[in-house]
Amino acid sequence: MLALDQLLDHIKLWSTEFLIVIIKVLVVFVVGLVGTMLMVWFERKVISYMQNRIGPDKAGPKGLLQTLADGIKLFFKEDLIPDRSDRFVFILAPYLAFVPAFLVWSVIPLGGDFSNGKDGTVMILGHATKLQLADPPIGVLLLLALSSIAIYGIMLAGWSSGSKYPLLGSVRASAQMVSYEAALGLALATVILVAGTLSTNGIVVAQSSLSRWHVVATGVVPFVIFLIAATAELNRPPFDLVEAEQELVGGFNTEYSSIRFALFYLAEFMNTITMSGVIVTLFFGGPQPIRFSGVNITLGFLGPFAGTVLFLLKVLVFLYMYVWFRATLPRLRYDQLMNLGWKLMIPLALGWFMLLAAFRVGQDNNWNRALVGVICLVVLGAAAWLLSYATKVSARNRDREGAMF
Amino acid sequence: MMELFVFVVAAAMVLGGAIGVIVSKHPVHAALSLILTLFGVAVLFVAQQANFLAAVQVIVYAGAIVVLFLFVIMLLGVDRAENLRLEPFKVQRPIAAAVGVGVFGLVVAAVVVSRDARTAVAGTGLEVAAPGGGQLHDGNIKALARDLFSSHVLAFELTSVLLVIAVVGTVMLARKPRKGELQGSES
Repeated sequence: MLALDQLLDHIKLWSTEFLIVIIKVLVVFVVGLVGTMLMVWFERKVISYMQNRIGPDKAGPKGLLQTLADGIKLFFKEDLIPDRSDRFVFILAPYLAFVPAFLVWSVIPLGGDFSNGKDGTVMILGHATKLQLADPPIGVLLLLALSSIAIYGIMLAGWSSGSKYPLLGSVRASAQMVSYEAALGLALATVILVAGTLSTNGIVVAQSSLSRWHVVATGVVPFVIFLIAATAELNRPPFDLVEAEQELVGGFNTEYSSIRFALFYLAEFMNTITMSGVIVTLFFGGPQPIRFSGVNITLGFLGPFAGTVLFLLKVLVFLYMYVWFRATLPRLRYDQLMNLGWKLMIPLALGWFMLLAAFRVGQDNNWNRALVGVICLVVLGAAAWLLSYATKVSARNRDREGAMF
Repeated sequence: MMELFVFVVAAAMVLGGAIGVIVSKHPVHAALSLILTLFGVAVLFVAQQANFLAAVQVIVYAGAIVVLFLFVIMLLGVDRAENLRLEPFKVQRPIAAAVGVGVFGLVVAAVVVSRDARTAVAGTGLEVAAPGGGQLHDGNIKALARDLFSSHVLAFELTSVLLVIAVVGTVMLARKPRKGELQGSES
């Protein structure tokens, strides 16, 4: 009915197919939670080494169980609901932040057999299935939809607290997320243009060798834009104005305590993992083996788990990168953030998308490639000049008339 | 069976949300109810295999427009319950009642008329056949794009011009007039 999985086409209650689907759901859920726990530990440990400290090392081997200990502590804290808060929304908001973070996992291909151009279908107990919870035809649009739903959690959390600082923090956060969503979507559009499909599985299948990985095939720029916009969407450093402690006490979650605070915390780290997974899926071939000019790294000795291991290794690179960002880059000022988003990222993403589209049309109609390139460059140059001129004029007017707000 | 179940749940979401929008005293709660309604409509779209429309419904309406509503409600501080007894515009209620009855009549008429219409088969409206003969995986989007950018391209472009005009108009309205440009404006 929903074309989510070929297993679901003619499904009966309690048949083998049914059990496989249930097991897939459980595995994704448990792996998501455990992965988040490990991510918190990983971030604290790596950052402490970068800052020449030891970091958590008391609970469990190498401090591995520190997150568990923190979680238990949070559970047993008093659950405060401020008097001036809007009770219903206050209780609802953490779930609105948490659930979308989880749902993104459902469309990411977590493994499978992609060697030699296969489409990742594996056999489990005699049934063909993909190692991903759902493969809807609108796959990547679901990512955009969920990332726009996640805004509600933060926005309503700040508002319902009934206090000024959380409100300011949440307005900042949602303004930032709404602004960067446009750049995110445009970078995503270039991937869709090259892959020719919206299904996440189809996008992975299209990246069958290193030169076809979308980071190469779309010409790196969309990847950089996506990475920056994704960091801003995640509210992670250097875009963590949401919790600028010096200005806002603690941001949108100031009034939250106990398990509700833990949910926000969990959602934040889970979003980091899912976003890394999304980047790997869109630009680095997901579970595809690494294949270029004769070299073929398939990790074949791992058998059916090769795809999953490759996927996890690629995700780990990005997780490390996010931690690295946090340890290295200072926080942006709010106006710098908005300037970067609106005046640089969105025009650049739009221009690059038009460039790729023009080349695509030229290819279909057998136009001269060089001519198409030159014309595109001239048009883009003119557009860039116009934009910078407009910015200059508006800055001058602003100086003369004084700031509007 | 499955389809009936999905329809009942989604319809309950839509109706419950719609009633919530009208009944709730607080504008933020009303906006939240509106989100519930939009989600219900998205689920109904999915049940009719219009996956793309469902995604766009969530991204554009739930993800952008209601966020904007909430921004306005929160920033302009209209999040106080208003006294509904006050009536600044006297004829409003009789007119609203008349329009309500009229719309209800139209809906009933539409239902009665459509009883004889040929029932559409789910998913046939927008699917396009793949070259091999089977249904295309994401035929929805291709069919929509072909329709939008060929036979309705003029309307499409005009809509985008309209949006640009709206943006420019907003900028003009929000702009602070220069000193001496308008007499007696102190703000």
